[in-house]
Amino acid sequence: MKSDDKSIKWVEEPPLGLAGRSYVPLLVGGITTTLKHLAGPKMTVESPEQRHAIVDPLGYRGVHRLNRDAQGRVKCVACFLCATACPAHCIDIVAAESPWPDREKYPESFTIDELRCIFCGMCEEACPVDAIELTSLYDLSGKSREEMIFDKAKLLSVYDQTKDAEPMRSAQADRATDSACPDSGERGEEPI
Amino acid sequence: MYLVIESLIKIGVIIGGLMGAAAYLVLVERRVAAWIQDRRGPNRVGIPLTEIRLFGLGQPIADGVKFIFKEEFVPGHVDRLLYVAAPMVMFVAATVLFAAIPFGTVDLGIAGWAPINLVVVPGLDVGIIYIVAVSSIAVYGVLLGSWASNNKYAFFGGVRSAAQLISYEIPLGVAILGVVLASGSLRLEAIVEAQAETGVWNVLTQPLGFLVFLVASFAESGRLPFDLAESEQELVGGFHTEYSGIKLMMYLVAEYLHMIAGSFLIVLLFLGGWHFWGLTGDGPVAGIGVALVRIAVFLAKVLAVILFFMIARWSWPRFRFDQLMGLAWKVMLPLGLVNLVGVAVWIEYLRAPLAVSGLPERLVMAAAGWLLLGVAWLAAMAAAPSARDNRPDLSLVARYRDSREAR
Repeated sequence: MKSDDKSIKWVEEPPLGLAGRSYVPLLVGGITTTLKHLAGPKMTVESPEQRHAIVDPLGYRGVHRLNRDAQGRVKCVACFLCATACPAHCIDIVAAESPWPDREKYPESFTIDELRCIFCGMCEEACPVDAIELTSLYDLSGKSREEMIFDKAKLLSVYDQTKDAEPMRSAQADRATDSACPDSGERGEEPI
Repeated sequence: MYLVIESLIKIGVIIGGLMGAAAYLVLVERRVAAWIQDRRGPNRVGIPLTEIRLFGLGQPIADGVKFIFKEEFVPGHVDRLLYVAAPMVMFVAATVLFAAIPFGTVDLGIAGWAPINLVVVPGLDVGIIYIVAVSSIAVYGVLLGSWASNNKYAFFGGVRSAAQLISYEIPLGVAILGVVLASGSLRLEAIVEAQAETGVWNVLTQPLGFLVFLVASFAESGRLPFDLAESEQELVGGFHTEYSGIKLMMYLVAEYLHMIAGSFLIVLLFLGGWHFWGLTGDGPVAGIGVALVRIAVFLAKVLAVILFFMIARWSWPRFRFDQLMGLAWKVMLPLGLVNLVGVAVWIEYLRAPLAVSGLPERLVMAAAGWLLLGVAWLAAMAAAPSARDNRPDLSLVARYRDSREAR
């Protein structure tokens, strides 16, 4: 597009006023702002020692955990819904026949590649038994790629680590739906 | 023999002090920048291999080690000889500047010892000319590096930098001339002593010259708001785009040294050097205690000016290149000339009648200087030569288009 193109609309700058011409108010204004910030409060959170306060830990999408039921067993029934829903294909489940009478299958191995995960939370929404949940742990790091592939034991240990600070969402949901939701009975029949 | 040892000690102190100062000023700059941006800045690195933090005082060591061990990548398309030579030229030019910076004269009080002149090259009669001459060698470092890089961003940066440095050297020189005229000497020691003797710093008597010199030294050291040579938003990195590792460090340290040299010059020429009222005495030679106080005062002033450089960096936006050149040639040069002519007229015609009249000479001179500043500023304001709109003149464009259509 050339500068004489008729479709160009030229916007006229306002002419410089006295302030702009003398520079002084602008120079003073600039340095005043700077000095104000120089002495003002700082935004930095000194990270390892101080932590960001997460407003809603239950809504936060951080590292995954595999929940345990009341008897301390893994809650997962190896239905593969989370692996199917996962857009990053980072969940790998090997199902086996359940050793317990209350369900047919259980995950023999359950691994999540945290490096592939995009923390979208779809697995959590897909899960019918609230077995997989995202915690509010956000600073996960490791020294190797292998270390970042979380297996079942590791995911259960994340649950043990966070269960007090962040109770299982199903427990809360049950409490809420018991009084309000008509299909709460249906939920109660789900295998736990 | 004695002279050689004395000189070697001085050189060692100056070089060591400069390198340490440059490293730690980078830390200061990062901390100040962080505070201005409501952050805290690097405050973690302390003594290596321990948990002790010391407010981040170990950061320069970490930075230096990082720079030294970084891969030194040389692109295949560079002119090797010039590419290697350019940072060295810049670095050496920036270092030898400090040979002529005087810290005063100390009398150790030992019988048979002459008073020691605290400067690497004592009694350099052309001190200020030497400094200006050596500092302008920096242009070669920049131009050689940018040309040898064989990269258009580097080349743009180099050309801009050359134009800028050469342009601002003229107002710089004119501002220095005013001081030289008033002090009657090119020796930096003499310039400081003249200010100390009367107790009136040149900034009070020649505010206009100070202003011109301040702006020009900002531009000479290539810092914001005049850092067009390496404006990251436009030119990647400017003239050192293709440099890495220790060569890049040499460029960066050299730029820092230029800023430090600029601050030293501002203090020496306009802010009274080592002099402070009621603290340092006013004679040229001092005992050891007073000499230490003088050095402390001198360095404190320099640090204050450097801090001003750092704060100014975050306060004002960068000039456009045509505005930068306009400022140099249409504002700063005339202002500097007004100051020079003012000082010359003062010394030639007004000093003698004033001495007869019995008025306090320095006071009247300061009043006249500030009056001159005000008048010159107002004149520059009325003309506003650097506030120029560089968009195409639409009436010309329209006329051109009409004539082309007619044809």
